[in-house]
Amino acid sequence: MKLLRDTWLVFGRYFWIFIHNPAWVAIGVVQPLLYLVLFAPLLKSIASAPGFPRGGAYNVFVPGLLVQLGMFGAAGVGFSLIAELRMGVIERLRVTPVSRVALLLGRALRDVLSILVQSLILILLSIPFGLSINAIGIVVVLALIALIGLLTASVAYAVALWVRSENSYAPIIFTSALPILLLSGVLLPLGLAPQWLRNIALANPLSYAVDAARAVFLGNLGDPSVVKGVVLMAVLCLVSIAIGARAFGRAVA
Amino acid sequence: MAVGAPVIETHGLRRAFKTRKQVVEAVAGVDLTVRPGEIFGFLGPNGAGKTTTLRMLATLLPPSGGTATVAGCDLLTQPDRVRERIGYVSQAGGSDYEVVGRLELIFQGRLYGMSREDASRRAAELIEMLELEVCADRPVKTYSGGQKRRLDIGLGLAHNPQLLFLDEPTTGLDPQSRARVWDEVRRMHDRGTTVFLTTHYLDEADALCDRIAIIDYGKIVAEGTPEELKRAVSGDVVTLSVAGPQQAALDALRTQPYVREASIEDATVRLYVDRGEVAMPAMLRRLDAVGLQLLTIGLHRPSLDDVFLRKTGRSLREVAA
Repeated sequence: MKLLRDTWLVFGRYFWIFIHNPAWVAIGVVQPLLYLVLFAPLLKSIASAPGFPRGGAYNVFVPGLLVQLGMFGAAGVGFSLIAELRMGVIERLRVTPVSRVALLLGRALRDVLSILVQSLILILLSIPFGLSINAIGIVVVLALIALIGLLTASVAYAVALWVRSENSYAPIIFTSALPILLLSGVLLPLGLAPQWLRNIALANPLSYAVDAARAVFLGNLGDPSVVKGVVLMAVLCLVSIAIGARAFGRAVA
Repeated sequence: MAVGAPVIETHGLRRAFKTRKQVVEAVAGVDLTVRPGEIFGFLGPNGAGKTTTLRMLATLLPPSGGTATVAGCDLLTQPDRVRERIGYVSQAGGSDYEVVGRLELIFQGRLYGMSREDASRRAAELIEMLELEVCADRPVKTYSGGQKRRLDIGLGLAHNPQLLFLDEPTTGLDPQSRARVWDEVRRMHDRGTTVFLTTHYLDEADALCDRIAIIDYGKIVAEGTPEELKRAVSGDVVTLSVAGPQQAALDALRTQPYVREASIEDATVRLYVDRGEVAMPAMLRRLDAVGLQLLTIGLHRPSLDDVFLRKTGRSLREVAA
């Protein structure tokens, strides 16, 4: 009960900060548009390449873009936390009896909300271009993206609390995010990849999320890869929340 | 002086930090007693262990050893209950530049479990008390240094804590803002709040604090009221001169029981006494009795810097510079 109340309080604060910064809101809306305008036109011709999965260019690419949005949209959230460490905000919050889990969850859920709004814009704008998906599919895929966002944000906040400086945070986060993203089949389906690359991808949790998202977009809601992807992300999410909350609770010198 | 169970009591409190090569004892066994209702000053140069001690007492940093009771609760086993009873204002402050001051105060109150209405009412109270009306509804980034410091103190007071920690509350403030912060601290004191503050300003410790502890290299080297500390170190110095040879005055006074030491320097008699305000009238009577005419007289009290110098062999002014 206290956890819910505290999480709601913390969420409210960070939501306020977010919507009072017009730049963030603008970026949130423009980013999915950029994907559609600058990237989608490339899809038409490549969809006929050999080895390309069946089911329309948009239904193959949009799920990948969404997973990417979920991950990269949350990877940078640590920067704001480092600024707050410097202003003494985090220390001030840690001295209050507020739940440490709520300190993480409240702000991570704000990040998730912004990712979900962007994802929804991307999906809806893609429909006129030929994306076909039903309402249940949208809900399942948004749930998946939310888990990816929550997972990434929790890890990002934990890293920010450990390193406490932008100069260490940026290389750590982006050099680890890039291989994870490339090895997930986000950009191009791994069906096009040589066998060794596919083997490595098997160890990458995000590739299961991409598989699940693609299955949903191809209308195979009952496909085992969907359950597999969602459950895997949910479990990793819980682990990363525990790690992130610990980082908030632990003393930072 | 207020009586009652101590608000803070520590025994052998210590904190070590590991660096790549060695273990550094930032706080090396601190025993402290802070009584209810007092303004307790923690005085020492930068790096002496003031902030580390404060952060341990405020539940932010687990001690490496020792025990502590803060606001009636055990620091190690009941940190949550300690948190409910204390306020803490760090050197950096704690308010977010992007957020409106009033919302920060409301949010802070709600973190302590207040309802939205109670938190709003309390925020309005604090804004009035700290005279933040002109800026309360603007983002913190528009505040002057003094306004921001007062808001940060307001955040520490949101839940009306019985004990408030202030880490270097006036560092970086102009003299006028500094005086206002002092006034604020005195008003908290008048309302019965116990204030524990760190400072490296001698005059601040002297003017503001009921009792102080001087810390150096992680250890407390002296503790007491500013008056006691100064008296213990060197007593007061009375300088005087008389018409005619000064030697006559020296001879008349050096045998008096209240004079510890006497000498003549620059045609002035210097007399070291325990308490100048008691010794001076007696000296006047004595000089009168032996028929010497007084020309000048002055009382010099030792500063806390003399205390620090005596205890550590260094001057705090040099260390701070």
